[in-house]
Amino acid sequence: MVEIRMRFDLQVISSWIEPHSRVLDLGCGHGDLLYYLQTEKGVKGIGIESDEKKAASCISRGLSVLQENFNEEVLDYPANHFDYIILSQTLQQVYKPDELLRSLLTIGSKVIVSFPNFSHWKIRAQLFFTGLAPKSDHLPYEWYNSPNIRVVTMKDFRTFIATIGAEIMQEVAINNHHHEEKGNIVRFLTDCRATYGIFLITAK
Amino acid sequence: MTRVQDQGRRYFTFGDDGQGLKLDNGSHLGPVTLAYETYGQLNGAGDNTILILHAFSGDAHVASHPGQEGEAGAPGWWETMVGPGKAIDTDRYFVICSNILGSCMGSTGPSSENPRTGAPYGLDFPMLTIADMVRAQKVLIDHLQISRLLTVIGGSVGGMQALQWCISYPEMVCSAIPLATTMRHSALAIAFNEIARQAIMADPKWNQGRYGSTPPELGLSVARMIGHVTYLSDEAMRRKFGRRLQERSDFSFNFESDFEVESYLHHQGAKFVRRFDANSVLYITKAADYFDLTGNGEAAMSGLAEADIRFLVISFSSDWLYPTYQSKELVRALKRGGMDVSFCEIKADCGHDAFLIENERLQEMVSGFLNGVMTNGGDSHAL
Repeated sequence: MVEIRMRFDLQVISSWIEPHSRVLDLGCGHGDLLYYLQTEKGVKGIGIESDEKKAASCISRGLSVLQENFNEEVLDYPANHFDYIILSQTLQQVYKPDELLRSLLTIGSKVIVSFPNFSHWKIRAQLFFTGLAPKSDHLPYEWYNSPNIRVVTMKDFRTFIATIGAEIMQEVAINNHHHEEKGNIVRFLTDCRATYGIFLITAK
Repeated sequence: MTRVQDQGRRYFTFGDDGQGLKLDNGSHLGPVTLAYETYGQLNGAGDNTILILHAFSGDAHVASHPGQEGEAGAPGWWETMVGPGKAIDTDRYFVICSNILGSCMGSTGPSSENPRTGAPYGLDFPMLTIADMVRAQKVLIDHLQISRLLTVIGGSVGGMQALQWCISYPEMVCSAIPLATTMRHSALAIAFNEIARQAIMADPKWNQGRYGSTPPELGLSVARMIGHVTYLSDEAMRRKFGRRLQERSDFSFNFESDFEVESYLHHQGAKFVRRFDANSVLYITKAADYFDLTGNGEAAMSGLAEADIRFLVISFSSDWLYPTYQSKELVRALKRGGMDVSFCEIKADCGHDAFLIENERLQEMVSGFLNGVMTNGGDSHAL
């Protein structure tokens, strides 16, 4: 058993993935999730990562990873090639999330999306009381230098999934510190209290 | 028939039974000799063989043979990559590198003796393809009683051979690492090859390929100068030479070489003339120009899925001979075929030559990828 040192949201995501399935991880970073899935669940995983250094470090770990921009190059895969496609903490940086999600639902049967929930009470309170664009540990940027070009709440996401004609199979709200391994699942007042939302979606 | 000349280089000759090797152009070539070198030991399971494919003007001497003197102990063309404890670890893997068919570094090529005339083949040597080179290598690998290759790896024209191995003999290949290569030459690449060929053929000493011991040195050296420029990059040349003058403080105001870059190219040209055969340049560049895996080839690439070959494709950012977009074309074809492919574009300013230059990132990726194929490759086959 390898020691699990993964972000809490990645731990939740990996618990949803069936052993020996085919997984595509978009924006896989240093490949921690892929490595775990491959060694512990016998998953056949592929990662896409745009950063040369991170992609190279994945490949050096023996993972199958492509250094490319998944917005442009994900469609090269055949239809229904993957059992799961993971889009973890990246949705808020995607230029055309609707197009991307539709594409993902053609090459994979299930898509797992996690993103920082913009309707967390602290964010609501900041905007309400200070009148400034909210900043938090999870969204630490100024409005002018943030890579997060999309502001999305859990409620927004539910509506969005209905709009693109997909279906939510599972949904979990979590509360954890950014990049931390510990966290907990939020079971009531989720839209207010969750720092992250994780959704398992499929085509209708 | 195997003949060991010294501790490093060996020679394997086949096809002296009159049949020879059947080539893509329909002719038969025989006998065929391949010069090759091996490093490390084949393990008990017979699953640790790495076949290294050299580029256009390379040879079988990929690395030094530890503890040996003379030529065998001299550094090879990929010394930074191959050896004990290196990325291609000869303590762990059994490494084979053979000189390509059509070359002049010990294998049969246009400068070899034509058994029918007793003189060098010259232009009577048959036109070759990359697939023909691979066909000859396959006979060697069979002769060495190797049934499966852990990986086929090569850069440039060597990368083409690696890809051709996957298409011609998919059942024998576990993984492939094509570096700084392409599925087909662009018009730009063909153009530079044609200029190189014309430089050779325009030299009166070339004499329709029958030059004996007085080769077309001028033409060959110009051909190399052209080739060499395509292996560098604007950045690398700026860094290496800029506009610096060669051993002078002012312009000569005649046509002597003023600039460092000129003198460097003359040096490269002169060095090449001493070691390489002009007709071999013609044949090998033509084979590279003919190579095309798109069309029927791409279908073949897409049909590799059952073979379960893992690919690691690597390009270099300043390579303008086989730019990254060409590696991406290859990656796309492999993805469409549902193949297991990894890809990385390494930032390097040394142009096409970058795959031959020491690069930590390249070493780490190749080493990690090979380790993964060696340890997991078997499992995935069992599944």
